[in-house]
Amino acid sequence: MEPAAIRRIADREWELGGSWTVRGLGELVHSLDAEPGQGGAITLDGSGLEAIDTAGAWVLQRWLTRHGAQATRRGWPAQPERLMSLVAAHPQAPLLQAARYTPLARVGRRAAAAARQTLGLLSFIGETALAALRLLAHPDRIRWRTVLRNIQIGGFDALPIIGLTSFLLGIVVAYQGADQLQHYGANIFVVDLVGYAMLREFAPLITAIIIAGRSGSAYAAQIGTMIVTEEIDAMRTIGIDPIELLVLPKVIALLVALPLLTVYADMLGVFGGMVMARAQLDIGMHEFIDRFGRELHGTSLLVGVGKTLVFALIIAGIGCFQGFRTHGSADSVGRQTTLSVVQSIFLVIVADALFSVVFSRLGL
Amino acid sequence: MPDTDLVIEMRKVCTRFGRNVVHDGLDLEVRRGEVFAIAGGSGSGKSVLLREMILLQRPNSGSIRVLGEDVATLDEEQSLALRKRCGVMFQHGGLFGALTVRENIGLPLREHSSLDSALIDSIADWKLSLTGLAPEAGLKQPDELSGGMLKRASLARAIALDPELLFLDEPTSGLDPASAAGVDELIRRMHELFGLTLVMVTHDLDLLWQVADRVAVLGEGRVLGTGSMEELSHLDHPIIRGYFDDPRARKARDRAKAQE
Repeated sequence: MEPAAIRRIADREWELGGSWTVRGLGELVHSLDAEPGQGGAITLDGSGLEAIDTAGAWVLQRWLTRHGAQATRRGWPAQPERLMSLVAAHPQAPLLQAARYTPLARVGRRAAAAARQTLGLLSFIGETALAALRLLAHPDRIRWRTVLRNIQIGGFDALPIIGLTSFLLGIVVAYQGADQLQHYGANIFVVDLVGYAMLREFAPLITAIIIAGRSGSAYAAQIGTMIVTEEIDAMRTIGIDPIELLVLPKVIALLVALPLLTVYADMLGVFGGMVMARAQLDIGMHEFIDRFGRELHGTSLLVGVGKTLVFALIIAGIGCFQGFRTHGSADSVGRQTTLSVVQSIFLVIVADALFSVVFSRLGL
Repeated sequence: MPDTDLVIEMRKVCTRFGRNVVHDGLDLEVRRGEVFAIAGGSGSGKSVLLREMILLQRPNSGSIRVLGEDVATLDEEQSLALRKRCGVMFQHGGLFGALTVRENIGLPLREHSSLDSALIDSIADWKLSLTGLAPEAGLKQPDELSGGMLKRASLARAIALDPELLFLDEPTSGLDPASAAGVDELIRRMHELFGLTLVMVTHDLDLLWQVADRVAVLGEGRVLGTGSMEELSHLDHPIIRGYFDDPRARKARDRAKAQE
């Protein structure tokens, strides 16, 4: 294959040679800039042309247009001639550009989108609440099998990962505390530290974050995929309320599973702290449990577990909401899934902060 | 020495998925410059055959030559060179959702040429106009297009590099009759303009009658018959008869005759 070439053979006469193709064009794309000829009308001899494709025809045509030249073609084979005449006849209009927005307009569009999303969330919460009320009026319509299945997938199957994480978290808390407490000879207070920290904050929070990543994303992906494959539409036409079938069982399941998981995380976390206390501070298991029983009250446990009810609503709600916001293609499923995880973790932490303020006001 | 007039040459191709035998010693030839159609019922292995031609899948045994190259012996570089000479239009478009339609069409050029960005965009717009879409469509995301527009945009990307060999997977499936007729017309124009070889998988009877030069009917793991629709109509195999004997088939034939 010869590289593309162009040569002046006489005044206003140019001869083309080689392959004017994507592969053969090479540097000619950038170097073709000679003046075609005074007055603009020139002749292009194509008898030496090996091949020409769209890219080659366009490079040639751009050169002619740039210099305001018109070309008559001589000796072009039939196929290139047809292609070239089509390209030459195509109006060289400036490229259409996508609408660009000023920074102010972008802020406005973002705000409008955020407002729409908030309204959408509110209406979703409303719809779900109405569906829940309808279900309460007819409790026999609750799909217990689906609820149990969701508890199994979202709760039971998460036991290993949550157990391990909170055990490690307990170790970390005790280890960080041990160093400080040893300075003051207040070794035994590690029990209070681990107990309060795990029961009130860490166990509920880490459980909620893991479940948001594990189940919240799965909810968004499941519902999003069902929207792309038109299963949700099918459900509506058959007369099944997708909220009743898909959302409520998930909400109920998480309302059951998350508190239970948190209690489990409490136990494993405190156990982790206990192991660390024995290794680092020489506090025996008996001593630890003895103090734990005297110092910590049911309130701490209930405060921690109570919060998770709200977390469960946030995770299931945001996961399903973002799933339902999917539209169009599979691409959108991924986007909504990511959003669901980010938003639910963010909201869980915001809610946790609000709880801290409220509980400290109430003196709990 | 491979026959240069044969663009695709498949010999004794066998493909199995587990115990399910899809192709059982299949032979197929596509000649340069023709419009070749592969027909056959669902599950007859048409799509698998297409995937084997475009190097997405390997048969369990048998040889496949595409544009004179034995696909089993190609290294990575040679495969890439071969892929650049082929264009594929997928059944559901296969357009990248993260890019606009214009960027989708320009992508092969951007990857495989040293052309500047403005030129690539102009070429992409021109290809788009060849397929009958307005320039505004180039700025849209693929998921904003209707089914017919998606097929056209996907065809525009398939011809981005002016391929010698163009594969079309179900070019008219899921289209209304008017759009399907538009795609028929479009395929004929592309064939004329670029002088390329076209291989399509379809069971659109109008497409088979009016556009295809030769048709291969797949069934029972092999090619039951190859030839123009006229020639196939004389064959006496129950699966092939299915393409001629029912009322829809007769209507398609009458339409084709009326056009001539």
